[in-house]
Amino acid sequence: MITKRIIPCLDVRDGRVVKGVNFEGLRDVSAPAELARYYSENGADELVFYDITASAEGRRLFADALREVARTIFIPLTVGGGISSMEDFDRVLKCGADKVSVNTGAIRDPELVRAAARRYGDQCVVLSADVKRVDGAFRVFARGGRDDTGLEAISWIKKCVSLGAGEVVVNSIDTDGVKGGFDIEMLSAVCEAVDVPVIASGGAGCAEDFVHLFRKVPRVSAGLAASIFHFGEVEIGALKRTLDENGINVRL
Amino acid sequence: MTAIVDYGVGNLFSLSSSLAAIGEEAAVTRDRGEIAAAERVILPGVGAFADARRKLAETGMDEAVLAAAEGGKPLLGICLGMQLLFERSCEYGEHAGLALLRGEVVGMAGRIPPELPIPHIGWNALDIRRPGGILKYVKSGDCVYFVHSYYAEGCEESLTATAEYGLPLAACVSLGNVHGCQFHPEKSGKVGLSILKAFCELR
Repeated sequence: MITKRIIPCLDVRDGRVVKGVNFEGLRDVSAPAELARYYSENGADELVFYDITASAEGRRLFADALREVARTIFIPLTVGGGISSMEDFDRVLKCGADKVSVNTGAIRDPELVRAAARRYGDQCVVLSADVKRVDGAFRVFARGGRDDTGLEAISWIKKCVSLGAGEVVVNSIDTDGVKGGFDIEMLSAVCEAVDVPVIASGGAGCAEDFVHLFRKVPRVSAGLAASIFHFGEVEIGALKRTLDENGINVRL
Repeated sequence: MTAIVDYGVGNLFSLSSSLAAIGEEAAVTRDRGEIAAAERVILPGVGAFADARRKLAETGMDEAVLAAAEGGKPLLGICLGMQLLFERSCEYGEHAGLALLRGEVVGMAGRIPPELPIPHIGWNALDIRRPGGILKYVKSGDCVYFVHSYYAEGCEESLTATAEYGLPLAACVSLGNVHGCQFHPEKSGKVGLSILKAFCELR
């Protein structure tokens, strides 16, 4: 049986992990390859590297760091952050990324999803959507959740899947950072609308939030989180044991 | 030395890195001489079947792979590379494969329960039907990483492991010197590396 995936997301600036925390045994808490190895050995099913660099020099450092990660660990790697052209896809795939996530770049030009899916395959293109309720409707936000695009989220996500997105990350701005649990209502609505795997993001505060997520929205394929893993509030090995004890199929 | 066939399909960085990690010398190549001189050959692949089949032919790599297989060299097809080993695929029309193994590649849509997402993406447990060979370090229940929407049917002759996804999907095949993994061993952590290691130990 397919297992539910647990995915830590690491923010990287100038080739260094932001908010690195001092896990036992790590020599350099900001080195992407060291953190990647740590997470890989402790049960992460996949890793997301989010490049928050703005400069060309920063992107070059990111590429070097990514290559080192891809040489070191052998689980799927997704790269996101500032992907807005086919050149951006090419740049990170050459360094060993398996999937590329697009967010604002797809909002600016949805054809990017189609072009990338055609060249690299649907499995390579992950649509990442930041979604927030506005007047009772789900709306897509751009630029890290700052700009209301006016787009209705469910139809936007369906459109991107029809253009070739092979997976969807749904980040609920309403629950993000609150640590009160995932946005069950929003995730259920997206899972009803599309056939591709849906990855839940935003709101996880403890292991029980993941149990609740996979129970309430059985079609969700994975749970993604950042700070709770980085700050050691939830340890992935323990999380997976909790999921297993609750009858949720995970890779142990 | 292991030759990784480069025919312009997919990302070979992880595959060559994973062979380096198990201490195996590997070359990413489209040089027929180099493939002929290699001890074993890996046929990778992602994307659509017809496109990959056309590129294999355009680069002459189909003949190089067939010659390697017919010469008794261990051959491993990965993901779409495994699908190419069969007689045909029904992905967007009917297309002929390399026909090294009996079977055909069909879509999951309409054949698996509708509540299961397509593509089949993620870590799934192997159910080993015939142990040994490239699975000699693997046991049933070990998880490997899959990404695909099409799968091989009618391949009982070569089937060595399945993964349950509404159906027992063909995960691993072996017949003589010809082997295939529907999943990505280069993305399947330690289990995946052990499969590559077992393949590299074949003579």
